[in-house]
Amino acid sequence: MIDFSYTALILLIPLFLFVLVGLFGNRFKPLVSGVIGTSGLFVIWVLSLFTAYKYFFVLEKATDGSFQKLLAVNTVWLHLTDKLHIDMGVLLDPISVMMLIVITTVSLMVHLYSIGYMHGEKGFQRFFAMLSLFSFSMLGLVVATNIFQMYIFWELVGVSSYLLIGFYYTRDTAVAASKKAFIVTRFADLGFLIGILILSYTTGTFDFITLTGSSSPAFSSGQGVWFLGLSTMTWSMIFIFMGGAGKSAMFPLHIWLPDAMEGPTPVSALIHAATMVVAGVYLVARMFPIYIHETAALDIVAWVGAFTSLFAAVIACTQFDIKRVLAYSTMSQIGYMMLALGVSGYGGHEGLGYMASMFHLFTHAFFKALLFLGAGAIIHAVHSNYMNEMGGLRKYLPITHITFLIACLAIAGIPPFAGFFSKDEILVAAFHHNKVLFAMEYAVAGLTAFYMFRLYYSVFWRKEVHYHHTPHEAPATMTIPLIFLALGSTFTGFIPFTKLVTSDGLPFEIHTEWGIAIPSILIAVVGIAVATVFYRKENNIATRLARSMGGFYTAAYHKFYIDEVYLFITKRIIFNYISRPIAWFDRHIVDGTMNGVSYVTNEASFRIRKFQSGQLQQYAIVFVSGTIFLALLFIYLWTN
Amino acid sequence: MFEGVPLTWFLITGTIMFFVGIYGFLVRKNLITILMSTELILNSVNINFVAFNKILYPGHLEGMFFTIFIIAVAAAEASVAIAIIINIYRRLVSINVEKMDEMKY
Amino acid sequence: MTTNQLMFAIFSAVIIIFSILTVTSRRILRAATFLLFVLVATGGMYFLLRFNFLAAIQLALYAGGIVVLIIFSILLTSHIADKLEAPGWKKVVPALVAVAFGAVITIATILQYQFPQEVMSGSERTDIHVIAKSLISTEKFGYALPFEVISILLLAAMVGAIILAKKRKD
Repeated sequence: MIDFSYTALILLIPLFLFVLVGLFGNRFKPLVSGVIGTSGLFVIWVLSLFTAYKYFFVLEKATDGSFQKLLAVNTVWLHLTDKLHIDMGVLLDPISVMMLIVITTVSLMVHLYSIGYMHGEKGFQRFFAMLSLFSFSMLGLVVATNIFQMYIFWELVGVSSYLLIGFYYTRDTAVAASKKAFIVTRFADLGFLIGILILSYTTGTFDFITLTGSSSPAFSSGQGVWFLGLSTMTWSMIFIFMGGAGKSAMFPLHIWLPDAMEGPTPVSALIHAATMVVAGVYLVARMFPIYIHETAALDIVAWVGAFTSLFAAVIACTQFDIKRVLAYSTMSQIGYMMLALGVSGYGGHEGLGYMASMFHLFTHAFFKALLFLGAGAIIHAVHSNYMNEMGGLRKYLPITHITFLIACLAIAGIPPFAGFFSKDEILVAAFHHNKVLFAMEYAVAGLTAFYMFRLYYSVFWRKEVHYHHTPHEAPATMTIPLIFLALGSTFTGFIPFTKLVTSDGLPFEIHTEWGIAIPSILIAVVGIAVATVFYRKENNIATRLARSMGGFYTAAYHKFYIDEVYLFITKRIIFNYISRPIAWFDRHIVDGTMNGVSYVTNEASFRIRKFQSGQLQQYAIVFVSGTIFLALLFIYLWTN
Repeated sequence: MFEGVPLTWFLITGTIMFFVGIYGFLVRKNLITILMSTELILNSVNINFVAFNKILYPGHLEGMFFTIFIIAVAAAEASVAIAIIINIYRRLVSINVEKMDEMKY
Repeated sequence: MTTNQLMFAIFSAVIIIFSILTVTSRRILRAATFLLFVLVATGGMYFLLRFNFLAAIQLALYAGGIVVLIIFSILLTSHIADKLEAPGWKKVVPALVAVAFGAVITIATILQYQFPQEVMSGSERTDIHVIAKSLISTEKFGYALPFEVISILLLAAMVGAIILAKKRKD
């Protein structure tokens, strides 16, 4: 048995960094706090890699040959009843160890990158403090031993996301975006909380190991029909998925993610591409043994994921802000992961979707972080977010160009880059489950290739734009993470996930189903080819096509008016018919009562105070009269 | 009955003195006259104590000792009261009790 | 009418009349003088009741000490020639009503109560040695503790009076 209790350090180091840089950051030179944060992250990165090595290759397997679920650290934090208590600790199992690697790697790269990217920004230290806070909360989330700890860190992640989106708090759009992100995810978290309460109420435990074990109370209790034909447990899973959908920007709770791009680009790479937004996927994966019993909830996961991936891919084709394109691409890819979970079975080859989802999560973290960091380098060079103000950048930014291309190929699913393998597994899983979903995902694969290469060509080829300042390559602190992540995007696809991260912890064999893989490669190639025709050289094919599509294009360009629908619902309906009466009630009835009480008290005391005249003899005569009266009372009236 | 004088006579004298003192306390405006009224009140109580002692419990001395202590307290009270009065007079150049209403509402 | 009764009548009359004069006189120095008469007559009462020591204290302390103190403070704070203003009827009427009522109740109660009717020889005087011993005795009917407490009270009063009356620097 290996002692894993040092994993507590993985949580404590970023927390310490947050406190250190947050409280004393302004005493340091900006660069110093950046270096402190980065080196701290480097330490936990090494620790995570070490943990992963120990966990996967050294630690002995459980009796049935699967990976153990291991409580590395555990303390009782809140003692509610003898059975129900909230713990804090570190849970190691394949997915949490995998997430440790993803988070620390991307976070380390982003830290390093930020030293260059944020150079000279006001609030440099604050930025690094918040990055540390985020790393702490995200790591706490993935190693949570129980669902309540997860919820706590889930909210902490939301807070740090809010803080980082609103990093440029002098900009109105950033403030609005941070509020939007916070409120939307908060609303979704309400569902999560309700789900947790139902779950813990029916099963009497928060603990993941108990809940997802083979004799989980979740399988036996709360099975009766409760509401709308679904059982209590199904409802709790649906509510929990609502939390996950909010965090992972699933339709219809996705509206915050594109706006969250107001934050600094490294933040978008870390939080809104690689780590936080996949928390929803991770949540479903974490609860997967329960979901597999609640097929209705799992179908919802699948369909929401599939719809979101298609929906977001369509919007991504019409956007011009490169970060927004990437944001919609993120949504689309997370939709893939959700879908993969939704179509997965449990155990062995049945659990292919689960494995594929985690695999895609892993590879996606690399190439999507790379895309965002590359976009950051582009923005850094050009000082614009809009692709129609760019063009021909391949000459100025060679490293960025190559790495960006690798990322595009990876996300498009071209072998041998990482995205191909993971996406292929997802498609296979979908094919075996439901042909409609499979067809949707095929379409999304083509769209993905199309919009990524649209972006790529618009930025690096297309036309020669005359820039005010000649764009120059980013400094080494920014290019090193790009190169590292490009390597990751190229090679992570060869990691044998079927041996490591599976639904039941047991390894299984897969063979590439070329019948599915080759068409998907072809579709991606077609997408790339169309993008090449449209965007490689300056021409008006795309514009004409857009015009010929008419209303559909406009709708997609306006993100299918989802924001407007939300605004209509909140402003027109909720504000007018719910909030306003409540406000009236509060102002007139609640406040009125309080004001009335205070008014009466005030008036009464104003009248009563005359009694305290300061005239000694008035007091004296009252006292004497009182005494005489009492004497009278006791002598004549009290006798019996 | 003390050598022909009944107890009630003493008590009635004391009572009248007491209420005259109270009347003075209630209507006089000058602080010093109020102080004098309190002296009257204290004295009336002393008379009662002494009369009770002598007539009802002739073998005892409690009433007398109480009187002694009351006289001592009265002396202390008078000295402090007069110090306060002088202080007030310095501040307000008046010892009219009606003007001392700084601490009203 | 025995001598005792006569003496009592005289003292009682002096007390009542001069009490009333004390609280009604509009010249403050006269009021102080009337108070002196009341106090002296009270001392006379004590003599009548054969409390010679008490009567001596009464004369020395009240008549000699407190009244002199009061007269001093009158001289410090008032002009002798000044007449005090008469109290307004708004004060006098309620005060009179309350006082009269109280007096009536009290006297009625006293008259109603049946006191034991013992005739006292009453001529024996209290020996001053007994008083002295009782004052410092800790036995039954000893008054050492009140005596000490009173001493501290007097000390405190003395200190307090000095602090209160002394001129402030500012």
